[in-house]
Amino acid sequence: MDLSFSPEDLRFREEIRAFVAAELPPAIKHKMQAGIELERDDYVAWQKILSARGWLAPNWPVEYGGTDWTIVQKHIFDEELAVGFAPRSLPFGVSMVAPVIINFGSEEQKQRYLPRILSSEDWWCQGYSEPGSGSDLASLSTRAERDGDSYVINGAKTWITLAQYANMIFVLARTDPTAKKQKGISFILVDMTTPGVTVRPIETIDGGHEINEVIFENVRVPLENLVGTEGGGWTYAKFLLEHERNGTAGVAGSFQMLDRLKEIASEQRYNGSTLMQSGDFAKRIAEVEVRLTALSFTQMRALAAESATKSPGLESSYIKITGTEIQQAITELMMEAGGYESFDDRSRNALLYFNFRKTSIYAGSNEIQRNILAKRMLGL
Amino acid sequence: MDFTLSSEQQQIKESVDRFVADAYGFDARMALSKSADGFSRDHWSTFAELGWLGIALPEDRGGFGGTPVETMIVMEAFGKALVLEPFVPTVVLGGTALAYGGTNAAHGDRLNAMIAGDVLLALAYAEGNSRYDPSIVGTTAKPDGSGWIVDGTKRAVAYGAAADTYVVSVRTGGGEHDEDGITLVLIDRDAPGVSRVDYRTVDGQRASDVTFSGVRIGADAVLGEPGKGLGLLEYVLDSGVAALCAEAVGNMSVMQKTTVDYIKAREQFGVPIGSFQVLQHRAVDMLIEVELSRSMLYYGTVAIDPNGDAKERMRAISGTKAQIGRSGRVVGESAIQLHGGIGMSEEYMIGHYFKRMSMLGLALGDTDFHLRRFIAAGNKSGGEGSGIGSAGKQLAGVN
Ligand SMILES: Cc1cc2nc3c(=O)[nH]c(=O)nc-3n(C[C@H](O)[C@H](O)[C@H](O)COP(=O)(O)OP(=O)(O)OC[C@H]3O[C@@H](n4cnc5c(N)ncnc54)[C@H](O)[C@@H]3O)c2cc1C
Repeated sequence: MDLSFSPEDLRFREEIRAFVAAELPPAIKHKMQAGIELERDDYVAWQKILSARGWLAPNWPVEYGGTDWTIVQKHIFDEELAVGFAPRSLPFGVSMVAPVIINFGSEEQKQRYLPRILSSEDWWCQGYSEPGSGSDLASLSTRAERDGDSYVINGAKTWITLAQYANMIFVLARTDPTAKKQKGISFILVDMTTPGVTVRPIETIDGGHEINEVIFENVRVPLENLVGTEGGGWTYAKFLLEHERNGTAGVAGSFQMLDRLKEIASEQRYNGSTLMQSGDFAKRIAEVEVRLTALSFTQMRALAAESATKSPGLESSYIKITGTEIQQAITELMMEAGGYESFDDRSRNALLYFNFRKTSIYAGSNEIQRNILAKRMLGL
Repeated sequence: MDFTLSSEQQQIKESVDRFVADAYGFDARMALSKSADGFSRDHWSTFAELGWLGIALPEDRGGFGGTPVETMIVMEAFGKALVLEPFVPTVVLGGTALAYGGTNAAHGDRLNAMIAGDVLLALAYAEGNSRYDPSIVGTTAKPDGSGWIVDGTKRAVAYGAAADTYVVSVRTGGGEHDEDGITLVLIDRDAPGVSRVDYRTVDGQRASDVTFSGVRIGADAVLGEPGKGLGLLEYVLDSGVAALCAEAVGNMSVMQKTTVDYIKAREQFGVPIGSFQVLQHRAVDMLIEVELSRSMLYYGTVAIDPNGDAKERMRAISGTKAQIGRSGRVVGESAIQLHGGIGMSEEYMIGHYFKRMSMLGLALGDTDFHLRRFIAAGNKSGGEGSGIGSAGKQLAGVN
């Protein structure tokens, strides 16, 4: 047992740190520090910087433009990006659709889409949820009917993150209405500029615009945009969700938020001292910090096990639960730390707390994760 | 970064697991707990024969040169079986104090006798006015010729009746709250002027309040440097906390597994109660707490390093104890609740794990104490001195 970093890992950390310090545009860093929402161009600018260095998709196989980093190095990379206030790479292309294409897609799909993700030519979004199908995703009713060399898609997807910026969407649609639930679902890649695709914004309770409705009306998509086999979509969808969960724990980002929380608490004056110096509040922060430290080592243990067995385990479910609960606890403390300043709608303190209620709902709600663990890990 | 055990460590684990499986069935444990000593001297001899009593102590002090990971392995297995023998007081607390504070041949002999299984030790540091804070010491040692005369009372000395010798924190200078002026000394249980009130603890172990009235000790009783004992004491206590945390993780994992098995088997309304979603989710939460605790245990354990940075060690250990204190509550309380009435029954095992876990949450500092210590260790600009010698005023301003 040895939890220290090797000299090579420490050198690697220095390299990443220097890279972020030198390359992250100050305007983006400022937004990240202040908790201001990023715009499309901010994301794209940073993705291009990472891509130029070959670091946009560390998890991909080297032959497609990934890295041969160890688990520990990937962990260090995430940490250093967070510490340096760099934006987290958006998952939809790099860590959602790409692993599906790499594992189940055709050679043409790999050749076409992977380079376009690395170059930021394509912005992907995830078309899973529907108004009538959330947790019970397999009940989805969007249809894709064969017509000559095309599928014709009709239906509505909802809660689609950053669809307003996307030009590509991966859609779960029913290709066989007679097959039972999971069986008739296919995984289809859709160009959002195709006639019949409409994107409508949904405002969230923090006043932000990060989710959308995406409507499909007689949208014609070439048959070759099917990934894998027709009716095999549910398998790919679940494969993707397991990858998604690992990312949603947000451990490195939570350490970043914790620093901001401490700053807020140190700026709040109270009775000749600061909130941070009040034992009560400092203790509440410490409690979250301890739990986050525990989660961080838990994630390392899971990653170590994963690299030994070569498959993401069920640990990703409890890491998602704990990670999102911690994110919510930190944003709750931010709102409280702000005191009367949190009432001001120019302050992000309360708004971030409102926004982060999403984390226990998306990527498979925390209740669904507990169901999965009860069934598959505890055998209940 | 490596979370695996070496092959030697794996062998130790197998050997401790085997001992526990053979000798520590629940009924045997309950009978031992009710015996005169509250533990088995035969088992203790077995520990000595198997080499467990010197397992983590340095080779140049007669130990077997292992690391805190070896202690962790032993204590986790002990935690799984609610082992009663005074391993932490004697080996981890007493042994560490002697190994790193010993200054003369007699100390070395004492340590060797402990490793051989012939001598039991205990740490006497807590007082009525100190709660868990080792820097508050009211027990005095007044100069007397070349030695000292000790007066004061120490609380909750684990297995104080069985221990042959106590490691006692005394004040040789400064006021009750000063960090300087604290000295660790050895006092024999049977020395003139030592008296005890012995009692059973709620978790089936033994403890004593020990009073020293005009107890004479020589200059050779001092461990480490006179007046500079706090750094050593903190290191000793942190080693003890790590060991208790390992015991807690063993204990918790049994409660978690037992509860899952129980709710699969127990039927109400014609179905296993484990089919009810509220209970499933509570069972998952127990699992999460055990896993978080295990991760922290590894982090805390490897931070125990006599040459490492003291602040980092304190922060890691206190964070670990705080997490495990909280998790232990969640796991223990849920275990009782999910068992229903049988959880309240003294005859059934789960309640005994719960009781031990509850006391582990308090022993050597509760969650509140360790959260404050975690904060204080993080706020100090660390690195000003390393290892055992530097304690610093880590609790300044937070008490
Ligand atoms: C900010 C945000 C971004 C999102 N981005 C995307 C995206 O990009 N693409 C996409 O496809 N989707 C996205 N989603 C949708 C998200 O995946 C769904 O909201 C989620 O799956 C829950 O579905 P639902 O909203 O229909 O709630 P429901 O499924 O109706 O759930 C309501 C409540 O019931 C609980 N519940 C449901 N079933 C069970 C059960 N069996 N046992 C116990 N409790 C249960 C849930 O946990 C929840 O608390 C996003 C959601 C949010 C909030």
